Amino acid sequence: MARFLRHFRHVMAENPVTAVAFALLGLIVFLALFGPWIAPYDPLATEATKTLRPPTWAHPFGTDHLGRDVFSRVIVATRLDLGIAISAVALSFAAGSALGCSAGFWGGWTDRIIGRLSDTIMAFPLFVLAMGIVSALGNSIENIVYATAIINLPFYARVARAETSVRRNAGYVAAARLCGASDTRILSTQVFPNILPPMMVQVSLNMGWAILNAAGLSFIGLGVRPPDAEWGIMVAEGATYIVSGEWWLALFPGAALMLAVFCFNLLGDGLRDLVDPLRRT
Amino acid sequence: MTTQPLLSVDALSVQFRTREGTVTALQDVSLRVGKGEVLGIVGESGSGKSVTAYTVIGLLGEAGRAVNGAATYDGLALTGAAEKDLRDLRGREISMIFQNPRAALNPIRPVGRQIEDVLLRHAQASRMNVRDKALAMLEKVRIVDPELRYGSYPFELSGGMCQRVMIAMALACDPRLLIADEPTTGLDVTTQKATMDLIRDLTRERHMSVVLITHDLGMAAAYCDRIVVMQKGRVVESASVRDLFVNPTHPYTKKLIAASPGPHSELADLTAVPDELEGAAPPAAPVAPPIPAPAGDDLLEVIDLVKEFPRQDAPGRWPWQKRDPEKAVFRAVDHVSFSLKRGESLGLVGESGCGKSTTSSIITRLLDPTAGDVIFAGENVTSFSAAAFARLPQRRKIQMVFQDPHDSLNPRFTARDCIAEPLRRLLGMSGGREIGARIDELADRVGLPRDLLTRFPHQLSGGQKARVGIARAIAVDPLMLVLDEPTSALDVSVQAVVLQLLDRLKREMGMSYIFVSHDLNVVRLLCERVIVMNRGRIVETGTADEVLNNPREAYTRTLVQAIPHFEPGRL
Repeated sequence: MARFLRHFRHVMAENPVTAVAFALLGLIVFLALFGPWIAPYDPLATEATKTLRPPTWAHPFGTDHLGRDVFSRVIVATRLDLGIAISAVALSFAAGSALGCSAGFWGGWTDRIIGRLSDTIMAFPLFVLAMGIVSALGNSIENIVYATAIINLPFYARVARAETSVRRNAGYVAAARLCGASDTRILSTQVFPNILPPMMVQVSLNMGWAILNAAGLSFIGLGVRPPDAEWGIMVAEGATYIVSGEWWLALFPGAALMLAVFCFNLLGDGLRDLVDPLRRT
Repeated sequence: MTTQPLLSVDALSVQFRTREGTVTALQDVSLRVGKGEVLGIVGESGSGKSVTAYTVIGLLGEAGRAVNGAATYDGLALTGAAEKDLRDLRGREISMIFQNPRAALNPIRPVGRQIEDVLLRHAQASRMNVRDKALAMLEKVRIVDPELRYGSYPFELSGGMCQRVMIAMALACDPRLLIADEPTTGLDVTTQKATMDLIRDLTRERHMSVVLITHDLGMAAAYCDRIVVMQKGRVVESASVRDLFVNPTHPYTKKLIAASPGPHSELADLTAVPDELEGAAPPAAPVAPPIPAPAGDDLLEVIDLVKEFPRQDAPGRWPWQKRDPEKAVFRAVDHVSFSLKRGESLGLVGESGCGKSTTSSIITRLLDPTAGDVIFAGENVTSFSAAAFARLPQRRKIQMVFQDPHDSLNPRFTARDCIAEPLRRLLGMSGGREIGARIDELADRVGLPRDLLTRFPHQLSGGQKARVGIARAIAVDPLMLVLDEPTSALDVSVQAVVLQLLDRLKREMGMSYIFVSHDLNVVRLLCERVIVMNRGRIVETGTADEVLNNPREAYTRTLVQAIPHFEPGRL
């Protein structure tokens, strides 16, 4: 553990951008965990006397058309958005690496079937596919998670397949065979840990997409329903007021969304360095 | 030297910036290359021989910096020269051949075009005649059918051909100095000889100077006029070939010469010159005289082994094409039969593609044969499929040491985990303490310091990685060990120690070895009997000395003659 911390410190010191990204991630995770206790106001409490107030010290991000505090709503929404993104990415990471590893390792028909399957998914416009899945399965948060997981699955499967097929004939795989290890064991203990670094980059990039995707689905009215606080819905609700000059309704949740995506996009390289033993010395 | 040297390097020091601070790669390196002279720079990995060349030609990269000293080419200062001037010099006056020709060529451009690029860059040809000049160069480097090869891409050519193309590119503009950085690493011995002969002939007829960087003392002896020996970034000795081999003065040179196996050296001679070896190597156990051929029973019998691979480019893949069963498969192993006695060592020698690795993979049961049987300890092990064999108790009786110690260790496993794997899987050991004690014992046995066990492979040196690989293979007390070029990725001095280690282990544990190698001189040291293979067939079988000193077949003779070596008596 001490070894890992030392390595963590080194990766941070080596690249300030990574340090910024990790700090941002820390903030986002903190808000997701403790948001409801930090938020100064109840995110759902309406106050008819204070509608559409511009930012003030009492309401740093202003209030919306029902008099709810935008600042509190942006903070509380972190948990929902991050939760959707993490569960979707975890699902597609698990299923995608299992499928991709088997395709890359065994090749032949396994490879062909899995390859065509992911090609089929990728042939659809992904957002439209996600919309279709959500409307077919029913309008709920779980289904947003499933839809996001399905449309991201081919990316993991492809990376895992390519990285596995490179390592399939490595010396250490043959050595593990000599130790009497079965194919599944070789895949899980020898090959899979070695494809983690490139997969981590994919995970981080995908987190950004997943957040955008979830927010996008909410924006068009699928998944999360009002009055729940969620960045996508808040932007959608605020969009109608931009024309009349109430810019803060859409800007602040939009900015939160952008920062989160930005953070995950920057995180990729740092995460890869963290899980790659070759970077340790 | 009376005449002015073409290239002179004076007290050159180079430093690299790394994570741990600056590392001095070169320290006060001085050398000169006269006109028409062939200078060999010899040293083991990390000695700074390539850094010297890269500094001279100005390809050092961002992290490296010449902090001291100077390199002068024909009165022109190279260190500190503007990049633009250096660019004109490179290719035109000084050119270089790299270690891996296939990687040094642009993979998406026909080779003929790449030669043209060099000619056009240095205005040695106009658009009108550039093609003819490029073709002439291809012809000069003795490429068969240059018109056809002109349009070939690097992946369509063999390693030897790629190196010829590189030579053609390097010599296209008639430079006066050629730097060859390990030009034949990865090539077969006969190809190596052909390539080196070609370089020698072409440079001699143009009165060019050559700097030949190599780790192989034998090659340096065969092709150089003068040799500079480098160790840890310093020049330790510089002498003419004859002086160097007859009267080496520096202990490191003596050690290198002793460690290079020649046609008559014995295993004990290899480390006759003591030195501070890597890590805490065990005291070299006195090597017992070779035991007489063991009279035991046959441990392994290979009967009429055949392995065929489907060809990708064969006709008959589509229903409308005519099928030709002869051409649809590639026969990698063609009716091979031999036997191995208990406690015996057998060498399997041949060039790449001769089927020696396929044969050993079948014997270790990583691959299923097309036909034929392998009888191991009285049991036909080919009656089980490779997948099923992995779970049989016999699995632990046949183990293997791999060619590339780096590639064969999982980068995410520590040395301890690597050795623990067979103990857990094959012996069913589960107690942490029991496994730990066994691993410590194995580490001692192979001479690996115990504190290195917690390291990851990339934190170990080549020799240490080789020891981990050997410890893993002998962990389960196998009866037979297949050694697939176990020393080809190692430096000569490390090779010497590893060979002695293998010899000692064999005596202590009573194992039989199948030693797969391309180097007859190395095989001879460890094996009583040798099999020479070519194109999937056995060419010649006999005792090691017989095959090496008195080969019966023409193929064996070319193989033996192609090995560069030095015999002080003949210089």
